[in-house]
Amino acid sequence: MSAEDPALHGMTAPGSAPGASQGPGASPGEGASPGEGNPVLQVRGLTVHHGQLQALSDVSLSLFPGDVYAIIGANGAGKSTLLRTICGLSRPTAGSIMLDDTEITRVRPERRVAAGIVMVPEGRRLFPSLTVEENLLVGAANARQGPWNPERVYQLFEWMRDRRRQRAAQLSGGEQQAVAIGRALVANPRVLLLDELSLGLAPVVVRRIYNTLPELLATGLTVLLVEQDVSQALRAASRVHCLLEGRTTLEGRPGELSPSRVEAAYFGLADTGANQSGRGGGPA
Amino acid sequence: MSWVNAVIQGILTGGLYALFACGLSLMFGVMKVVNLAHGDLAVVAGYVAVGIIAVTHIPAVWSFVLVVPVMAVLGYVLQRTLIQAALGRSVLTTLLVTFGLSVVIENGLLQFFSANSHSLQIGSLVSDSFSLGSQITIAYLPLVIFVVAVIVLLGLQFFLSSSKYGRLIRAVADDREAAQLSGTDYRHVFGIAAAIAFATVALAGIAFGMVSAFDPSIGTDQLLLFAFASVVIGGLGSLWGTLLGGTVLGIAQQIGAQINQSDQILAGYVVFLAVLVIRPQGLTGQRAEL
Repeated sequence: MSAEDPALHGMTAPGSAPGASQGPGASPGEGASPGEGNPVLQVRGLTVHHGQLQALSDVSLSLFPGDVYAIIGANGAGKSTLLRTICGLSRPTAGSIMLDDTEITRVRPERRVAAGIVMVPEGRRLFPSLTVEENLLVGAANARQGPWNPERVYQLFEWMRDRRRQRAAQLSGGEQQAVAIGRALVANPRVLLLDELSLGLAPVVVRRIYNTLPELLATGLTVLLVEQDVSQALRAASRVHCLLEGRTTLEGRPGELSPSRVEAAYFGLADTGANQSGRGGGPA
Repeated sequence: MSWVNAVIQGILTGGLYALFACGLSLMFGVMKVVNLAHGDLAVVAGYVAVGIIAVTHIPAVWSFVLVVPVMAVLGYVLQRTLIQAALGRSVLTTLLVTFGLSVVIENGLLQFFSANSHSLQIGSLVSDSFSLGSQITIAYLPLVIFVVAVIVLLGLQFFLSSSKYGRLIRAVADDREAAQLSGTDYRHVFGIAAAIAFATVALAGIAFGMVSAFDPSIGTDQLLLFAFASVVIGGLGSLWGTLLGGTVLGIAQQIGAQINQSDQILAGYVVFLAVLVIRPQGLTGQRAEL
C-alpha cells in the first residue's frame, strides 16, 4: 500500500514530482501544491443522471500536469460514469469540464480527442477486424501534433512490431490492452483517461502495463485513471479520489492518506475524520 | 448447349445484380441500415440520367460521369440528415424512414415523369453481340456491365482495405463508440459510406436503364428484391458475396426461363428461399448476423 514504489517515483515528471512533496500539514485540497502550474483539466460540480438514477452528484476535481490521478471506489460508485462524462460519451445534467481555459462540457467526444482528451475504454474496445497497425492508424487519423506515432508505440511495446499485421481479435487480453493504450497514445493526448485497465487481466500483466506509466508521463501527459484494485491505484497514483454512490468521499495524496481513512471512504463507514479534504460532501 | 448458354447469360446478369446489391450490403454492413429505398434510388439515378441527357445531349453511355457524383452527394446529404436522425432512435425507425423514403420517391417520380416507361438509348450497342461456337451468343452490353461490376467491387475492396477512409469505415462498422473515442466523427464516415453506396446504385440504375425500360414502380417491385436476394444468397456484409449471390440468382433465373419462360422470376426466389433455409448466413457468410 505504500506510495513509495521506487519504480514510479523519480519518473513522475521531475518538475512537479507529485507524491514526493508530502507536506506535513494535511491539507490535500486541490490546487494546494504550488509550482505545479495551472490545472490541465478541471471538473466542477459534475452531476450526471442515467435516466432516473443519479450516477454522480456534485463531483469536482483538478488535474495538474504530470499527475497520475486515480479514481477509486466500489462497483457502481460512478467511476466509469465520471470518465465517460469527461471524454464526452455521457452528458452531465449540471457542472462543467474545462480543458485549460476552454469549456468543453458540451463538445462531442471526437472533438475532445482533437483537443487532447483521449480515453482507453473499459474492455479495450479495439476494432477486432482491423490489424494491430490499422488500430493504431485509426487512432492517429485525427491526431494532435506530438511525440507519439505508431513507431514510438512499437518502441514502447516491442512485441507489437512483429505482430502488427495480426488482427486485433487474435491478441490476448493483455496484448489488446497494450494496443488500446497505443491507439490512445498516437492521438497525442494531453490527458489520458484509463478506464479499468486491470479488468480481466492477470496481475503480472497488469503490473507490466502499469510499469509503462512513467515512460508515458515522461512525454508530458497527464493520466486520469479508474482502478478497481485500490492498492494498485495507491501505488501508481500521485493523487487519489474516492467515490461512494456518486459522491466524493476522499481526495488527496496517497502518502497522506492512512489505510483506515481510505477504507472508511471506500466503504462509507462511520466517518472518522476521513473527510477533511475540504472538497465534496461527506458520504451519504 | 442452350443450358450452357443459360448459365453464361445468368452469370452476366449476375454482374448487374451485384452492382445493385453491393451498396445495399455496404450500408447494412457499416451502419446497420436496411435501405428499403435502395431500388427506388436506382430508378432515380435512371431518371436523373434521362434528365441530364435531355438537357446536355451527352451520349447516354457517358451519363454516369454526371449522375454518379450527383447521387453520391445525395447519399451523403440523406445520410447526414434523414437516416442519421433515424439511427439515433432505433433500428425499426430506420426501416420505417427508408420505407417512407421509398414511397415518397416512387410517387414523386410518378408525379414528374408519369407512369410511362423510359430507357437510356445507347443505339446499336444494346443488341451488338459476338458468337462463341455456333450456339452461344454473348451480347456486349451485359458483358460490359459484368466487367464494370467486377471493377467496382475490386475498387471498393481496394478502397476499404488500403485507404484512410476505408480503414475508418471498417473501424466505425466494428465499433462506432470506440471510433469516436479515437477521434473519428462516425457520422461523417457514415456519410461517406452512404455516398459510395449511392454511387454504386447510380451505376446500377444507369446500367439497368440501358438493358431494359424502367418506370417509377420498378424500384420496389423488382430491383430492391433482386438486390436483397443477391445479398442474402451471397452472405450479408460480404462484397464478393454479392457478386456470387447475384450470379447464382442470375443463373437460377435463366435456367428457370429455359424450363418455362414464366418461371424465370420464380426460379430465382426458389433458390433464394432454399439458401435461407439451408444456409441462412449466405454462401460466403461465416455466421448468421440477424
